[in-house]
Amino acid sequence: MVRIGAILSKLGLLAIGLSLLAGCTDNWNNPYPGSDARANVLYSAFSERPKHLDPARSYSSNEVEFTGQIYEPPLQYHFLKRPYTLIPLTAEAVPRPWYVDAAGKTLADDAPSSAIAESVYEIRIHPGIRYQPHPAFARDEAGRYFYHAMDAAAVGGKTRISDFRHTGTRELVAADYVYQIKRLANPRLSSPIFGLMSEHIVGLKALGDALEKASRAHPDAELNLNDFPLAGAEVVDRYTYRIHIKGKYPQFIYWLAMPFFAPVPWEADVFYAQPGMADRNLTLDWQPVGTGPYYLSENDPNRRMVLKKNPYYHGETYPVDGDAADRQAGLLADAGKPLPFVDEAVFSLEKETIPYWSKFLQGYYDSSGISSDSFDQAIQFSSGGAPQLTDSMRGKDIHLITTVAASIWYVGFNMLDPVVGGLGEDRRKLRQAISIAFDYDEFISIFLNGRGIPAQGPIPPGLFGYVDGVAGLNPYVYENRGGRIVRRSIEVAKQLLAEAGYPNGRNARTGAPLVLYFDTMASGPDAKSRLDWMKKQLDKLNVQLVVRGTDYNRFQDKMRKGNAQLFEWGWNADYPDPENFFFLLYGPNRKVASGGENAANYDNPEFNRLFERMKDMDNGPERQRVIDAMLDIVRRDAPWIFAYYPKSFGLTHGWVHNVKPNLMANNTLKYRRIDPGLRATRRKEWNRPVLWPIVLLFAVLAAAIAPAVIAWRRHERKVA
Amino acid sequence: MLAYILRRLLYAIPILIGVNLLTFALFFVVNTPDDMARLQLGAKHVTPEAIARWKVEHGYDKPLLLNAQATGSARFTDTIFFRHSASMFAFKFGKGDDGRDIANEIRTRMGPSLAIALPVFVIGLMANITFALLMVFFRSTYLDLWGVVLCVVLMSISGLFYIIAGQYFIAKLWNLLPISGYAGGIDGFKFILLPVLVSVAAGLGSGARWYRTIFLEEIGKDYVRTARAKGLSEARVLFRHVLKNGMIPILTGAVVVLPLLFMGSLITESFFGIPGLGSYTIDAIQAQDFAVVRAMVFLGSFLYIAGLILTDISYSWVDPRVRLQ
Repeated sequence: MVRIGAILSKLGLLAIGLSLLAGCTDNWNNPYPGSDARANVLYSAFSERPKHLDPARSYSSNEVEFTGQIYEPPLQYHFLKRPYTLIPLTAEAVPRPWYVDAAGKTLADDAPSSAIAESVYEIRIHPGIRYQPHPAFARDEAGRYFYHAMDAAAVGGKTRISDFRHTGTRELVAADYVYQIKRLANPRLSSPIFGLMSEHIVGLKALGDALEKASRAHPDAELNLNDFPLAGAEVVDRYTYRIHIKGKYPQFIYWLAMPFFAPVPWEADVFYAQPGMADRNLTLDWQPVGTGPYYLSENDPNRRMVLKKNPYYHGETYPVDGDAADRQAGLLADAGKPLPFVDEAVFSLEKETIPYWSKFLQGYYDSSGISSDSFDQAIQFSSGGAPQLTDSMRGKDIHLITTVAASIWYVGFNMLDPVVGGLGEDRRKLRQAISIAFDYDEFISIFLNGRGIPAQGPIPPGLFGYVDGVAGLNPYVYENRGGRIVRRSIEVAKQLLAEAGYPNGRNARTGAPLVLYFDTMASGPDAKSRLDWMKKQLDKLNVQLVVRGTDYNRFQDKMRKGNAQLFEWGWNADYPDPENFFFLLYGPNRKVASGGENAANYDNPEFNRLFERMKDMDNGPERQRVIDAMLDIVRRDAPWIFAYYPKSFGLTHGWVHNVKPNLMANNTLKYRRIDPGLRATRRKEWNRPVLWPIVLLFAVLAAAIAPAVIAWRRHERKVA
Repeated sequence: MLAYILRRLLYAIPILIGVNLLTFALFFVVNTPDDMARLQLGAKHVTPEAIARWKVEHGYDKPLLLNAQATGSARFTDTIFFRHSASMFAFKFGKGDDGRDIANEIRTRMGPSLAIALPVFVIGLMANITFALLMVFFRSTYLDLWGVVLCVVLMSISGLFYIIAGQYFIAKLWNLLPISGYAGGIDGFKFILLPVLVSVAAGLGSGARWYRTIFLEEIGKDYVRTARAKGLSEARVLFRHVLKNGMIPILTGAVVVLPLLFMGSLITESFFGIPGLGSYTIDAIQAQDFAVVRAMVFLGSFLYIAGLILTDISYSWVDPRVRLQ
């Protein structure tokens, strides 16, 4: 009894000790240092490590999430205005191109596209903008660079930029922008947009060829881009440069808001090209050098990446223009205040959704998406079908942010296929029938938890050319029933199928059942239910669907060779212009013929003609009329089943301010503001350690060990 | 013994060449250099010219195994296989297709992997042996019976369940430890506790059962009876005699995995946000990064061979009857 009493008293002491410990220290489950509890730091996560941070190479959303904050192209999107509006960033104004003919004579703004030989964009940047602190700029008193002539031994031992003692900066000049345009042609960088841009920027292809030749001739030598001229990019003066575009390409202006056209200082290339640097991952692709509001202070993409406020940032203020909804949402509360608000942003690698979600609920991440695992915990639907937060989320002062992505998912018909392809009336009716049968309203409800809008055409909401409501419905698949958009009945689809030569799903001539083939990369249990759903849709027409599962490589191969029949594909907008979606259906872009992005290999001469006209037009009623005509053609021809525009749902805590989804801008971190005091209080409140399980564990262990000890002693005594 | 080790190391060379060749063949059966280029260049605006340039820049524009255009030894050396594989035998792994230095990456990731794997190995081994010896001590009693039942239950549960349950109860519900994350040095202690605890618990059932079988086999032998006849206590019999003689099969399993601890654990590291080597190979396979895949397979094979040699050496150390010749 005495012993049991002693054990109990020890357990009691343990409980008291633990309680005192819990009361005295920081939250036990806090993954960050306790000293940062009230710091003006934003905490976020990434699930996939970025591959490239060089602005000539980074393209994926998980890459521009970083490069967008570090590099500054001349233009940016207005944070609040919709439709998306370009405004100057480092440029003094949004440039308006002037046009010249083949003889070099300047043309009027309304000159026909056929007469335009070149469009010239002149961009003047603000003077006085400086780069982030970086050793590439560091100079001694005599003006010599500290770190431009190092050998491998001098680099030895340095694995981070912070290992270099000296740093410096310099003013941004127009030549840095021209230098970066040349970098797009550098074969050693493999810029993803070189192919596209070489079709548009004068002389870029020739520069690429020259650089490739030089690279092959001297594979170990660095390419000094300043030695290679580029006809299409010229420095006018210290702060002004010009870009020459072949013909007319109005969409080029949008590229000027992407990191591809951000400045890169030549010093950075010289610095990183030194022996031993690349072996330590000291490359521009890993350690960016920009003029933006933040610089990358820590780059460990296996664990975390940290952005810190650039001490030399030129400054910018929070936008003052916004609509009434923005004002009501508190998005204008910081109007005119200097940016950025947050001192530091910590991005932690979080590969799995469960820990990400749990840490968000604990307050250790400021915002989160909603995975399918946690959807029911976070979202419920009102009687009207509108998504809203559950009570538990509202109780934590969590906010729901929804937006329709500038993207589309579609099921494509291979127009080269003898069964479903071609522009004949019978094939058209077959595709229309299948389009009606695929009930994407149901798909969105079952598989996306309502996170999508049935698509009526290739242009998603928010872009010029999209028409909302019944006026914008696809009349070949939907109908207007008392002001509601309703999918046409399956009877209509059956009638179309019969007219196409397949009454009741059988070939009218041979009697053979109609069998279609769907190529997909999807696999696994989740995909199986989706694929079963697809089969079920065609069952309604008595048409069989055979699913041909394949891996990414084989799928791409089939698409390139035109061996697929039906396939699923998606597209995210590069920029907010209908051209960026219609070009997916433009004949000369056919994948089989030209390796372009027209995966359906659709080629309608009338559509092509209208596309060529539309792409060069300014937004306005005339352009809308052309777009409407194009929409009517693709809806009638139905080379795609317009599936859905995805809707993204995001959550933020109550201490996060100035959150407005902007699908085009990638530099929105500077607008984000947090209330660290409120966050610290909530974290403390939500994460108090629960100690009884520890006491219970010791008690259970004691209860389990005690009989064993007793038995052991008995045994030992017996032996003795 | 030195001659034996040298001989074993020489045997390793053809094995490693074979492993390299097999990895190469398997990888390029599934992926072509064009596929690799396409994946690296992204899904948009990829032109055939861009693919051709990428292949030239990364050395994938050569024939795979035999260059029919070349003459002499260049027929074999001017190929993707030779150019990407020969340097590995000097442990020069080169750069991944994303441009990162592979050796640097391995060095950086090895520490976090070891920070988890080493405590799991040591604590797990001790816990398994202790639990097994206890069951042997109480053999044929209710404690042994329930111990075995517990082992079977622990074995039957998926490893993923331990992780999710551990994260849910310990980190989320009771707020005792961070749910995931990592930090170097002493700050890393709180991040390591939960994955170590979970991994030890996940391995306890199978480990303890296996060791129990080994010890039960030993305990019936003559030398144990002799030890008892000498009047030694049961604890002394178990820990001094049975444990020592049971070490050979234990070493077989334990020492061979010792070098592989560097390679980390995919699931544990992924769920706990440990920046180790566990996911490096898988990520590389998904990214079709052949440079990383071949380097990691080579390293894994080398470490496995090293583990087998170490096991042989440890036999002679534990059991004087074993001689390496």
